Amino acid sequence: MGRTIGEVVLDLNNVSLSFGGVKALSDISFDVREHEVRAIIGPNGAGKSSMLNVINGVYRPQEGEIVLRGEHFSRMSPYKAAQSGIARTFQHIALFKGMSVLDNIMTGRTLKMKSNLVQQAFRLGPAWREELEHRAKVEEIIDFLEIQHIRKTPVGRLPYGLQKRVDLGRALAMEPQILLLDEPMAGMNVEEKQDMSRFILDVNDQLGTTIVLIEHDMGVVMDISDRVVVLDYGKKIGDGTPDEVRSNEEVISAYLGASH
Amino acid sequence: MLYRENGQFKSSYAADQQIFPIVQDRWAILGIVAFAFAAVPLLANEYLLSAILVPFLILALAALGVNLLVGYCGQITLGAGAFMAVGAYAAYNFFIRVDGMPLLAALLLGGLTAAAVGIVFGVPSLRVRGLYLAVATLAAQFLADWAFLRIKWFTNDSPSGSVSVANLHVLGWKIDSPVDRYLLCLAVLVVFALLAKNMVRSAIGRQWMAIRDMDVAAEVIGIRPMFAKLSAFAVSSFIVGVAGALWGFIHLSSWEPAAFSVDRSFQLLFMVIIGGMGSIMGSFFGAAFIVVLPIFLNQFLPWLGGLVGLAVSTATVSHAEFMIFGVLIVFFLIVEPHGLARLWSIGKEKLRLWPFPH
Ligand SMILES: Nc1ncnc2c1ncn2[C@@H]1O[C@H](COP(=O)(O)OP(=O)(O)O)[C@@H](O)[C@H]1O
Ligand SMILES: [Mg+2]
Repeated sequence: MGRTIGEVVLDLNNVSLSFGGVKALSDISFDVREHEVRAIIGPNGAGKSSMLNVINGVYRPQEGEIVLRGEHFSRMSPYKAAQSGIARTFQHIALFKGMSVLDNIMTGRTLKMKSNLVQQAFRLGPAWREELEHRAKVEEIIDFLEIQHIRKTPVGRLPYGLQKRVDLGRALAMEPQILLLDEPMAGMNVEEKQDMSRFILDVNDQLGTTIVLIEHDMGVVMDISDRVVVLDYGKKIGDGTPDEVRSNEEVISAYLGASH
Repeated sequence: MLYRENGQFKSSYAADQQIFPIVQDRWAILGIVAFAFAAVPLLANEYLLSAILVPFLILALAALGVNLLVGYCGQITLGAGAFMAVGAYAAYNFFIRVDGMPLLAALLLGGLTAAAVGIVFGVPSLRVRGLYLAVATLAAQFLADWAFLRIKWFTNDSPSGSVSVANLHVLGWKIDSPVDRYLLCLAVLVVFALLAKNMVRSAIGRQWMAIRDMDVAAEVIGIRPMFAKLSAFAVSSFIVGVAGALWGFIHLSSWEPAAFSVDRSFQLLFMVIIGGMGSIMGSFFGAAFIVVLPIFLNQFLPWLGGLVGLAVSTATVSHAEFMIFGVLIVFFLIVEPHGLARLWSIGKEKLRLWPFPH
């Protein structure tokens, strides 16, 4: 692989989050290094998705802080996270279902587009040039994900596996430094999973994008991740390389042994 | 030549991003616009121009504005009538109070004023949606009804709130005959339709639709809901405001606040639902349908009654009208939220593949 794992870019310190009486996350700390593939695993309801939602500011933790490249945040906002180069995909598909594949991915370019409303209304030079420029970039992503044939299709009409791919495309369009993937392969058949793993590894390898990945398929996780965090009932019960995690007693009894 | 896109390969993204990527569509639209400008004024009589075409054009413009907000950005509004009123009365005040104010400038200033008011009434959309937002925008309607009736300054101290304008010119062209009125409204509609189409296929339109379809995902991408929603309120209210000003100045030439009542708000919303939410073309279909249906029923129902020996009164006709609208709205909301525009594009898709369905 052409990448070398670098410094810590994202550091979570003692994060706690609860919804009413439900403690979704209790005192979680872990870090993510530049260019690595960091997996978060754990049974359903363990708090994995909540963790991603904290990282990109959708949920506000009651305690703890997020350190992003040395900058401390006690509360992140989705806008700030997007500006800081964090993109994500969703466990339950959250595409813009009335829009075409192309338009969905184009929305990922929002923060990079600078022309104003009046320029766009009149299709003035700057707006028009910008649109074509970003279209070219989006077409690269469409080629990369091998979805050329559906670029004009409304996403609501696509099968599940392709929607997941478009979701990834929209996140990639942001050219993120950190990409959060929430169960990108859930509900896919073996072949689709292989395609998706390949895309994720290519992104990590060729673009150097740091990846935080939630995944249930243990085979996939052990194959593609550098380090793994294990959550159970909102608590961290393991953290280390796939091999270390695999041999951790607590993890085996809580997770690997029990539900899978 | 048949309706085909075979062989029309796009060699650049620029070509692919034309408004009407299919050549036949482009020619059809150009043909319709040319016909509307050149042939209609020769063919149509005064009644058709003043009583049907001018109202249709202006209401189509207003429906277009409402559609940007409701259909593209997903924010409900029951206050469109209020924004028409703001546009009309603001344009009126600029027109009579500023010496030498050109008509076009007054219309646009009316639109800008409506946009500003629209932003204010759009603020609740940052916190509430659906029914609550509908009620908040309805407040705009009641406030406007009240303000233009009670605050005499707005209506230049006329006792009933009734105002009138005369002596309308656009760049030296005297707007006098029904043909003049028709052509002015047509020109304004064509320009705004083009601008609206450009917006909905640009970054701003994508932001609106993203907020409509999935607001959390939109935020995570870096779309600011406040900017997206308030810009939709502003642009929508601007267009609705210009339509209101045209309604007052060009269609009515003397009017009172009742011209922009809550009935108008509902009517515009119905146009968008029947015509097609999220479709520029749909706004025109909806407006045409709602303007033409009553006229059609007025002719058709008495004739039908005559056939079976029944006298059909005007009251019966207007009841029938309400029932038909009601049924259609329920039908479109449940079965086809994209309205007539969707039925139209299904038809086109079939035609495109005909006679080989696969
Ligand atoms: N928006 C929310 N409101 C209330 N409870 C929530 C919300 N999001 C997550 N939870 C709760 O937090 C816990 C962790 O959920 P989640 O993070 O989705 O777990 P996972 O992704 O590991 O399956 C669950 O008990 C869930 O019910
Ligand atoms: Mg989850």
